[in-house]
Amino acid sequence: MTRRLAYLPVLLVTVGLFGAGLLLAGVQSLGGLPVTGKADWGVAAYRELFSSRSFWSALGMSAWVAGAGTLIAAALGTLAALALWRLRAGAGLRFLFAWNLPVPHVVAAWVTLLLFSQSGLWSRLAHVPGLSRNPGDFPALVNDPLALGVLLELAWKEVPFVGLAVLAALARFDGRLLEVARSLGASRWTRFWHVVLPGVRPALLSACVLVFAFAFASFEVPYLLGPTSPATLPVLAYRAFTDADLAARQEAMALSVVTAGLAGLVVAAWAFLSLRGRERG
Amino acid sequence: MRAARRTLTAALILGAALPLALLLVWSFSLRWYYPALLPQEFSTRAWEALLAPSGQVSPALRGSTWVAGVTALLATLIALPAARQLARERPLTRAVLGGVILAPLVLPAFAGVMGVQVAFIRLGLADTPAGVVAAHLIPATPYAAVLLTGTFEVYDARFEEVARTLGARRAQVFTRVTLPLLLPGVLVAALLAFLVSWSEYLLTLIVGGGQVSTLPLLLFASAQGGDYALTAALSLVYVLPALLIFTLVAGRLRGWRA
Repeated sequence: MTRRLAYLPVLLVTVGLFGAGLLLAGVQSLGGLPVTGKADWGVAAYRELFSSRSFWSALGMSAWVAGAGTLIAAALGTLAALALWRLRAGAGLRFLFAWNLPVPHVVAAWVTLLLFSQSGLWSRLAHVPGLSRNPGDFPALVNDPLALGVLLELAWKEVPFVGLAVLAALARFDGRLLEVARSLGASRWTRFWHVVLPGVRPALLSACVLVFAFAFASFEVPYLLGPTSPATLPVLAYRAFTDADLAARQEAMALSVVTAGLAGLVVAAWAFLSLRGRERG
Repeated sequence: MRAARRTLTAALILGAALPLALLLVWSFSLRWYYPALLPQEFSTRAWEALLAPSGQVSPALRGSTWVAGVTALLATLIALPAARQLARERPLTRAVLGGVILAPLVLPAFAGVMGVQVAFIRLGLADTPAGVVAAHLIPATPYAAVLLTGTFEVYDARFEEVARTLGARRAQVFTRVTLPLLLPGVLVAALLAFLVSWSEYLLTLIVGGGQVSTLPLLLFASAQGGDYALTAALSLVYVLPALLIFTLVAGRLRGWRA
């Protein structure tokens, strides 16, 4: 019994504070606890949300940013990890590779802007050999409709994150398996797909879930680098939350609940698949 | 192989240095119009504004340090007993409890913080540094718990027994055996919890309502105001402590991110 008490402080934060917050968001989205006036229970906020075009385009934008960002980070992170592994990178190279992990996203977004905007450093460098004559010639990579600026920032920050996770898995990988595969005549691609990838898959997948969940719920980067419209779900939720019209609170709560619910579904699906994978061995 | 290694090293050094160099040059620029590759005119204006005692930077720096410091301390203390116990549980209990403890790392923290804001207003926590700390604990505590669980997994309690059989008193066992073995792991957990809080923007904005000043809030406002030199200088002030902490703990990192 006293052993279980050890969990009390942590559960006060995760359940008592965060869980209660999610619950309160749900209650407020259903019309309970209004800032002004009387409670007016009902699913009106959700009905309005699901019939608004801005919600669906925000959902699409969030899914695009998180999905494409995760795929890019997974592909480049795995490639980088394989390169570091093959070259037997020591602590120094790994440290350089991980260097931007602690850079806060606000700063990373700002640097992305300095590098990739139409008057940014790359655009100026493209001007030197005459590739572009004025800022307008340089492709719009920041605040662009495809959110390429957001994807660039995500790739920059998350490739090392995925890379280090894969590298840790490769450290436990038995290199002799590759020699066996080669002696049996397996091609480079076959060796990667059937020997290396299964070895790092659990680590890669859990890193991908963290990247997806982070990108899906991130605010600063889409706010600074994404298109103004469509916004992402968190940006939409924040705008409604700070709306001068307090009635918009209910909409903000509904948006938060939907965002949390979708993130929860993705994580649950991953947990289910990885547990089943483990059972099958 | 050699050449590939050299190319990789060069690329990684460039990738690590370029952003900082760019920020440094921007922070000293006065006029830097397209398509110039270097500023047409340099100035220390941004740094003077930053260091001016009347400016907004010192309150923001104090705010960030206070919030992140208190968050790190509390998150570590809160996570410590749970991590110690979690490292000893059977796999199933561990998976379930671990899942609950780690949920705030994968679910959007802003959703919970927006929901709890009503209660924070009633409790007088809205717009206060204490409220901001409470919000930051949501992502910081699970991080501390993950890292500390790892520390306790490799910690062998039999060392304590050995010390006791050799005649050490309880206090001696703690100061001579337990503490030296656990302290590095605990410090890393606290430093990374500090970094999680140091990097937080949205939760500070929601709970602080703009009343609690931290560096990311100032940076965000300055970026939107379009003062490039000042934003660059602020970015450097903001990012350097994070890189310093990272350098200190880099050898003991696994699966961490800001």
